[in-house]
Amino acid sequence: MIKSQDMNHPYKLDISKTIVYGLMYVLAIIYLIPLIWMLRTAFIHPDMAIDLFSLSWPTLANLKRVLLAAPFGQYYLNTIIMVVATLLVQFVLITMAGYAFARLDFWGKNLLFMLFLMQLMITPDVLIMPNYSFMGQIGLIDTKLGVILPFFASGMGTFLMRQTIKTIPYELEEAAKMDGCRLPRMLLQIYVPLLKPVYIAFGLISASYQWNNFLWPLVMINSVNKRPLTVGLAIFAMSFETGAQWSDVCAATLIVIAPLLVLFLFFQRQFIESFAQSGIK
Amino acid sequence: MKNDIVHISDRPPAIKRYQSWIEEMDSNKKKKLKTSLLAWGLILPGFIFLTLFTLYPIAKSLYLSFFRIDLSVSTPEFIGLKNYTDLLKDDVFKQAFMNNILIALFTIPTSIALAVAMAIFANKVRVGKSLIRVAYFYPTILPMVAVANIWLFIYTPIYGIIGYLDPSLRILGNPDTALWAIIIMLIWKQAGYVMVFYLSGLQGISRELYEAAELDGAKPITIFHKITWPLLKPTTIYVAIISLTNAYKVVDHLYIMTKGGPGNATNMLLFYIYQVGFDFWDTGKADTMTVVLIAMLLLITAIWFFSQDKRTFYG
Repeated sequence: MIKSQDMNHPYKLDISKTIVYGLMYVLAIIYLIPLIWMLRTAFIHPDMAIDLFSLSWPTLANLKRVLLAAPFGQYYLNTIIMVVATLLVQFVLITMAGYAFARLDFWGKNLLFMLFLMQLMITPDVLIMPNYSFMGQIGLIDTKLGVILPFFASGMGTFLMRQTIKTIPYELEEAAKMDGCRLPRMLLQIYVPLLKPVYIAFGLISASYQWNNFLWPLVMINSVNKRPLTVGLAIFAMSFETGAQWSDVCAATLIVIAPLLVLFLFFQRQFIESFAQSGIK
Repeated sequence: MKNDIVHISDRPPAIKRYQSWIEEMDSNKKKKLKTSLLAWGLILPGFIFLTLFTLYPIAKSLYLSFFRIDLSVSTPEFIGLKNYTDLLKDDVFKQAFMNNILIALFTIPTSIALAVAMAIFANKVRVGKSLIRVAYFYPTILPMVAVANIWLFIYTPIYGIIGYLDPSLRILGNPDTALWAIIIMLIWKQAGYVMVFYLSGLQGISRELYEAAELDGAKPITIFHKITWPLLKPTTIYVAIISLTNAYKVVDHLYIMTKGGPGNATNMLLFYIYQVGFDFWDTGKADTMTVVLIAMLLLITAIWFFSQDKRTFYG
């Protein structure tokens, strides 16, 4: 192996390899252009935004104007409340159900598990029409609770939990049982610490799903002060007709995606691994 | 207890065996009943939410799709299959249905091809490895609404990047080009997500295979064709299924970019459901289309199960 590498690589310039590598670098640049261009427009003087290649000294005026024009702080708070509340409930429910599916043998197990798996494909936001009329019947339209309630049960989370709990040695549980440890304490003290990677992986996937969710909160929320970020951004952007306010739209977009981008840059590996873990193979 | 044993052993052997079998079965059953109750108790909270917001709505849509429910009738009126036959005559529905298929047909193979290239490159590259991964993957974590804003800007006539290249181009305003513009954006948004699965798929391939192939002097294209691609097949199947379902679910961008226009050239099933249900308040029709959407998703799921069976069958 060493021989072949020595012989092939340092001396022979591989032309096709160089071309392919070059193309892939170009692809990366093409991928970054929309982001870079949006950043430029968010910080440029509005008069210059419409000229494609013009640059000015960065200004924070656009961001300030946008923050004054729409309550993005409130939108942030709403999104964070909804994301955190959903995650907390999901964590409890998927741990309980995942444990039962992984460790217990019971009547109706396969059928129940199939029903949970079905939710991987038919997510609640596809059922926008029937769910909306149901929310009307129970009086939850225009509430944050109504927006997040359909996501409390998670087929994907239950599945990930079950798969991971199955890999934990059963001897741990037996030893705890010998010591007279009962189920709630056993789940909390033995399983939960071992399942931390699943909480992080599923947490990142679920949080970005909720953070980005749009159509469902759009139909559910009527009050301005209850809107999540996505709905707030869309309605803010729709209020402009011409290209003249592009710097405002870009500034608003930046306000919405900045925390996601920063989190992603810091926890890049974690993000990519989490999304890979959601793969069911 | 001692008495008990003596008592049993006094009986004829056949009955004894039978009795102990009954007792054993009883205790097994009791144990299973106990475990079942515990398991049901653990699953119940999640199952209630699953029932209320996934299972019940599916059944409800199916039921209501046989009724006429819109602003013209005060109470739902049973009309049998009329909602379905009406759909077949609805040009917008047909267009949205076709658009969904077109979008899947063009975004999925392209995303997969791009993603495989990205994954192999991101694995091999030495200079700027981290930046390369960030560049390919960052569109995945952005909200579709934000992505739509940025791309609307790119496609804007005169002011946008495309408009700069040719000021006469009105990509999103022209029914012939609008869908393609959307498809390109969807590929940009999705390829990095698909790449992630191939990255982990590549890690599962043994290095020794590559070393052996290199020793034999195999060309990179041959190595890819004979080793990498066949071994990534399970990943490809999974990714194709996920992308296929996403092609039906992702419609947020339409709200920002085209509202399904011009002339429904970019409309999609789920967005049309939203328009019919929440702009025209034709609940019966929206429910009927929801049933069609569910049927499509279930069909995809069925294909998935089928392909998985085949995979285990052939080893």
